[in-house]
Amino acid sequence: MKKISGSTLSRRQFLASTVVSISFASTPDALARSFSGQLPWSPFAADPPTPARPGPWLFFTHDEAQTIEAIVDRLIPGDDLSVGGKAAGCAVFIDRQLAGFFGSSERLYMKGPFVQGLPQQGLQSPILPSERYRAGIATLDDYCSKTFSGRTFPALAPKEQDEVLQGLEKGSIDLGDADAKTFFELVLQNTMEGFFADPIYGGNKDMASWKMIGFPGARYDYRDFVNKHNQRYPLPPVSIMGRDDWGGKG
Amino acid sequence: MARKLPRRDVVIVGLGWTGSILANELTDEGLDVVAIERGPWRNTATDFNAGYMQDELRYAIRKDLFLRPAQNTLTFRNNIDQEALPVRDFGSFLPGNGVGGAGVHWNGQTWRFLPSDFRCRSHLVERYGAKIIPDELAIQDWGVTYEEMEPYYDKFEYLAGTSGKAGNINGKLQEGGNPFEGSRARDYPLPPLEMPYGPMLFAQGAREAGYHPFPQPASNASRNYTNPLGIEMGACSYCGFCERFGCANYSKASPQTTILPVLMRKPNFECRTNSEVVRINLDRLGTRATGVTYVDAQGQEWEQPGDLVLICAFILFNVHLMLVSGIGKPYDPKTATGAVGRNYAYQTFAKVEMFFDNKNFNPFISTGAMGQCIDDFNGDNFDHSSLGFVGGAGIMCAGTNARPILMRPTPPGTPRWGSTWKKATADNYLSSLYLNAQGSSYATRGNYLDLDPTYKDRLGRPLLRMTFDFPDNDIRMINYMADKAAGIGKHMNARQIVPHYQKKPYDVVPYQSTHNTGGAIMGSDPATSAVNKYLQSWDVPNVFVVGASAFPQNAGYNPNDTVCALAFKAADAIRTRYLKNEGPLVPA
Repeated sequence: MKKISGSTLSRRQFLASTVVSISFASTPDALARSFSGQLPWSPFAADPPTPARPGPWLFFTHDEAQTIEAIVDRLIPGDDLSVGGKAAGCAVFIDRQLAGFFGSSERLYMKGPFVQGLPQQGLQSPILPSERYRAGIATLDDYCSKTFSGRTFPALAPKEQDEVLQGLEKGSIDLGDADAKTFFELVLQNTMEGFFADPIYGGNKDMASWKMIGFPGARYDYRDFVNKHNQRYPLPPVSIMGRDDWGGKG
Repeated sequence: MARKLPRRDVVIVGLGWTGSILANELTDEGLDVVAIERGPWRNTATDFNAGYMQDELRYAIRKDLFLRPAQNTLTFRNNIDQEALPVRDFGSFLPGNGVGGAGVHWNGQTWRFLPSDFRCRSHLVERYGAKIIPDELAIQDWGVTYEEMEPYYDKFEYLAGTSGKAGNINGKLQEGGNPFEGSRARDYPLPPLEMPYGPMLFAQGAREAGYHPFPQPASNASRNYTNPLGIEMGACSYCGFCERFGCANYSKASPQTTILPVLMRKPNFECRTNSEVVRINLDRLGTRATGVTYVDAQGQEWEQPGDLVLICAFILFNVHLMLVSGIGKPYDPKTATGAVGRNYAYQTFAKVEMFFDNKNFNPFISTGAMGQCIDDFNGDNFDHSSLGFVGGAGIMCAGTNARPILMRPTPPGTPRWGSTWKKATADNYLSSLYLNAQGSSYATRGNYLDLDPTYKDRLGRPLLRMTFDFPDNDIRMINYMADKAAGIGKHMNARQIVPHYQKKPYDVVPYQSTHNTGGAIMGSDPATSAVNKYLQSWDVPNVFVVGASAFPQNAGYNPNDTVCALAFKAADAIRTRYLKNEGPLVPA
């Protein structure tokens, strides 16, 4: 084996040839790059999270949003421990997730054939989360309307809503093609994500869930407390965006 | 049409732990090395940002740093009578992607295997007779001994700034360390991490029960550290965002924090990112690799000729590349012949949850690898003669985090939503603990890897197909360990102790561990192994296949210390022997 062959030449050729070409990557920024001779660093290369912006629904229609808000408020009811799922922003969180890569299964393997598998093989479905919500909400409101003489889910009493949700969870309510159990599991998963994720994504307003359980959030250094056994950690939680009471006006 | 690039001395597939170690060793030897990485460039300053790395949704739930199934995945079934279907979203295991590989998102648990683990079959036969090994198991010796591995373990632990307490230095037992471990030449480079309340209670309980607790060896730096390459690491801050996250604090060992600052400055090294190797190219006889073909993110295909090809991807993709390139004979479970894909194994787990009154564990104060462990029931550290199983497990109190989307335990019977759920969540978050038993996973004739006949990846290649279920032996073993762990829990005065047993069938959905092993296993016989003791392909001697793919079966430990020790061992063999005489290092 010959040592140190013509690496400079190949690198130059490689770079020159990659300047103009068509992207077929799943993410537009994923260009092939070559690095050598230094630890690469460039300013503004970081990829901070994009905060969910307040404002109109991005995915849900007005009626769909009402149904989801009613659901998240039963999954996480308001009480003396915390605000409910609606006030915590769980529906906003789900809306923003469905409008993004999660809603379109962009990162998942979605090539066919789609075959009904065994439970231990995982979900085998071409239906995207966004489609599952759309069909699930419509079928649920339809079911409620038929069962409760014209009232859709948001118009039901809390006790009736809980019974419907339990029926979906157990599979005793049939939503036909909308697959009640899979729909319920998805909504429950996303509601909990929204309630416990950093508030930057639209849920967990004022860090309500973190205050409830005693999680300090995005702190990054506990060296002074690791040896303080069986004592309550004294500092309040912080979000990636900080705290509302930081920085005075604003 | 592939465009041909100038020849390189060494072409490395994948720039994770093993690729980085080999690249650094071989560039030191003066070789011209190019690494081709399917994922993006990543480094601490840019990508693991202390201002927003603590984002459970992005990194732990949406798996921002991991391989995305849209890019590559595999199919799965429990046995050959089932139809394998694609893993559409990774769950049970999470392969890494990008520079640093799984070294970015691991916990840092840094274990040596036991001397008896490397002679798995011979040791059991010598101690108990051949009848101890159940018929279903296909366990083999590694073709290498612990004593041969020791210097390479040492090399990795000093590179990584591993924090721990030796239990056996040059044959002398050390108070406070693991008395069952193989003899080591010297202590860990750093003292153990601080111990939070939960692990301390576990150590007391384990001692009361007559066992030998010790701090878990952790590649989370307990102090500031400068490694042998001159790279500085910072002391760990116990942030609780280790596994699934990059470390923003330069505390968790990764290629980024221990190798790349030196490697990337070398003029004889180049890294190409977002470039996926499609296949290893072989000469007409199929006995020599001529280089690799890869596709960059813009869709351009390149041929990179090289004299030596090192396959350093994640285990599943090491085996996939061998199969699609025609290196070695594919394994056939019906005849138990062929070596590539053979002896795929995993890791077994049991968990014991414990709920306490009036305790505050601050479980969010944690690192990926802190905690207390016992090894009294690992490997063959205890008498198996009347137990009805072989293998063992480490039992530990080593909670890695309390990130609340995934980690909010409630007692059994609690609803999953509503007021009752909420109260139970608030009541138990700070005052519950869990113990883990992490056990061996022994190979069988029917657990293997091959190519799927139906599903294709984005480049048109067949997906890898995994056929796997837990052998009954392993189920008996790990559930014995769950009871042992629960027994220690009784000494800890919990209000409620809840053991969770491992069940069949293996389920690819809930997260278990990214400790996949085998498929290109090492050994001393080319009929039953794909690579020799230096990780050199028996069939194509200028190809080395490095990673957990080389494990003939998995032991009751995290694999990475052994994976990286094997990388150093392969590098040493290439530097001192292969370069002098390019050919098989062991006669076939």
